Amino acid sequence: MEFSIYRFNPETDSAPYMQDFTLGDDLVEPGMMLLDALLLLKEQDDSLSFRRSCQHGVCGSDGMNINGTNGLACILPLKDLKTPIVLRPFPGMPVIRDLIVDMDNFYHQYREAEPWLVNDSPEPEVERLQSPEDRDKLDGLYECILCGCCSAACPSYWWNPDRFLGPAALLQAARFIQDTRDEATEERLERLDDAYRLYRCHGIMNCTQVCPKGLNPSKAIGDIRKAMLKRSI
Amino acid sequence: MTLTTRKFDALIVGAGGAGLRAALQLSNAEARVAVVSKVFPTRSHTVAAQGGVNAALANVLPDSWHWHMFDTVKGSDYLGDQDAIEYMCRAAPKVVYELEHFGVPFSRLEEGNIYQRAFGGQSQHFGKEQAARTCAAADRTGHAILHSLYQQNLRAQTHFFDEYFAIDLIKDETGHVLGVVAFDILSGEPIVIEAKTTLIATGGAGQIFRTNTNALSNTGDGMAMALRAGVPLEDMEFVQFHPTGIAGRGMLITEGARGEGGFLINDQGERFMERYAPNAKDLASRDVVSRAIAIEVREGRGCGRNKDHTLLDLRHLGADTIMKKLPGIREVSMTFLGVDPIEAPIPVFPTCHYSMGGIPTNRDGQVVVPVKDTPEDPVPGLYAAGEAACVSVHGANRLGGNSLLDILVFGRAAANHILDFLKDNRQHRPLHQESVDQALARLARWDRKGEGEAVEPLRRELRKVMEDHCGVFRTAEVMQEGVTRLHELRERIDNAVIRDHSRTFNTARVEAMELENLMDCAMATIVSALGREESRGAHSRMDFTDRDDERWLRHSLYSLQDDAMDYKPVRTQPVTVESFPPKERVY
Repeated sequence: MEFSIYRFNPETDSAPYMQDFTLGDDLVEPGMMLLDALLLLKEQDDSLSFRRSCQHGVCGSDGMNINGTNGLACILPLKDLKTPIVLRPFPGMPVIRDLIVDMDNFYHQYREAEPWLVNDSPEPEVERLQSPEDRDKLDGLYECILCGCCSAACPSYWWNPDRFLGPAALLQAARFIQDTRDEATEERLERLDDAYRLYRCHGIMNCTQVCPKGLNPSKAIGDIRKAMLKRSI
Repeated sequence: MTLTTRKFDALIVGAGGAGLRAALQLSNAEARVAVVSKVFPTRSHTVAAQGGVNAALANVLPDSWHWHMFDTVKGSDYLGDQDAIEYMCRAAPKVVYELEHFGVPFSRLEEGNIYQRAFGGQSQHFGKEQAARTCAAADRTGHAILHSLYQQNLRAQTHFFDEYFAIDLIKDETGHVLGVVAFDILSGEPIVIEAKTTLIATGGAGQIFRTNTNALSNTGDGMAMALRAGVPLEDMEFVQFHPTGIAGRGMLITEGARGEGGFLINDQGERFMERYAPNAKDLASRDVVSRAIAIEVREGRGCGRNKDHTLLDLRHLGADTIMKKLPGIREVSMTFLGVDPIEAPIPVFPTCHYSMGGIPTNRDGQVVVPVKDTPEDPVPGLYAAGEAACVSVHGANRLGGNSLLDILVFGRAAANHILDFLKDNRQHRPLHQESVDQALARLARWDRKGEGEAVEPLRRELRKVMEDHCGVFRTAEVMQEGVTRLHELRERIDNAVIRDHSRTFNTARVEAMELENLMDCAMATIVSALGREESRGAHSRMDFTDRDDERWLRHSLYSLQDDAMDYKPVRTQPVTVESFPPKERVY
């Protein structure tokens, strides 16, 4: 099985290049995921660098660009991929080495969304109540694993990574705006009411298309816009 | 070259649930706290916990912390320390309510309370009816908790060293622990992080077995650091095999699937757990269910072409329950097997899941070691919590839903003790250069060039040795051979080399250092297992099939020096209630 993988080591390479790898057919087993193949290729060349951890799509470490689409290597079956499999780091993010990108800005925008529950009312001794219907509003929002596939697929984020929060951070903003326990909705909307932070989203929907968890940041952003509109009238 | 040095009041190694819960407690108390983690915090393995966290909230069925305590003691096969178990079960409701206040999106009951489900080994009235004690956020409870804790730490402005690899503890001649030497994975540069207290919260060592539910990062780094600092590891022979890993792959299918009503069947379509545990059936303790599955397969009643697994049937639960309560495992099953549990049963087999053993601590999270006649003398400045630690609340077998509880309760308890320690210890002690140099030498060792074996094949061999020689059923002969092979592997690892010598994000070097840690944890496990001549909880000896309370109601302590074994008594005396004396364990 053939691979073409983006290589760049800042210590030795003046420019990135694509390197061909071959995985022997004897090593390819049914049910193998792309990450399994990458781990075997790393045995051929231990300098091949990528992040990975949980191996089943919950830690969000191994996001990369696979045959032109962002995804998680650990949950993409090899057999579904057209060969040669072309692997690149996330587009629009600075490359540290090979498939490893610098996600500092991504995390910075996440923090900008102030992704924590704010509730300054006196704490009850037990849980705060929330109806199952209200809890259902968080489904599709809280499951984000911060892999970065969405923001790294968003042309608006590529252009304005410093000012547009990007789909992942906006999904977090929506998660807390929707949470009936959170008391900072007004402040959250106020902070987002900005030509860039929220409104650079042009509804391209790449985010929703690539999300490996099947989440819909595009809809979440739409819901924030609706809340904005309601607030203004 | 001058070495970068940073100083903090409190240092935490590991950013899973235990580390982040401790960090939050410390940050909220305005201590200067730093968290070192080799992965970005939300990628820590707590994120993969599915089923939930136990607390006697009695939201669904009547419950009490005392029943929870009984179940935990019984589940531990009486090896758990009853003071720590009482403390944990009493604290459980409070820490769960705190989580809810931190924003954890728990699933809800009709009246708006936290949803609780049935889990294995849980009962009402000290061993009678099934209880519903496990608080859940669908089947993504670990994710919900870890992200919420990280978010609250951001709010509290905890200082994070993300993607830094801790090499070793710094310890002076008087035995005080002064922090760690780490390196920045991004730049490859070493750094000395001095701290008045160091908390090890690095999780388990599930990667010592070939088939496991664990992340690749679960390499027992903190356990191995403790060993190298002269701290013995406690009860390492007790490794939990989760009954329902995806057959052949190892991904976890939560016990919650059986808690919601799923059951196991063999090739005859028989619900075989009825034979092994007439009352609790599929919700017997994990060690019991894992052994039952292994026996079914061994006696030829396995399913599939190779008759090498059993099936977990959820079909009768219906699409609604599966999609609402178990969406994550449906996703995993469809991704890795192409099986939709709404339509077909899931092939499962026991898989290495959890280290019951670890760094010995008391219930304040202080690391304790035997000194002369005192079996538990605190190591000044050193703490441990979570799966890396052995406090011991799980004893010989952990109950499902008690690991998330353990990390929260003891992460918090350790932080509270650290705050007290900081009040009495206002100054940093002088740095111990020799100890720093030793750690730097371990890092530099991988700069060695020339011929030598590569890391990955050695790692594969180690995991295979452990699976073949220290699995679900154990005998002296087979383990002895395993020990011999590990000794040989240890020497080969000493001579291994990596080919990548770059500084920037050198993952080969990280993996090499992880292999050394795995080696120490594997040796601790098999030597401890060989030493314990009885069957208790997860430790099943075919040559010593019975539990032997006379000789073995005691904790094992393995030291790196000469692979020596020592033992210490179980703390059978709870804090306020009466002790639960050992009884025959039936479910």
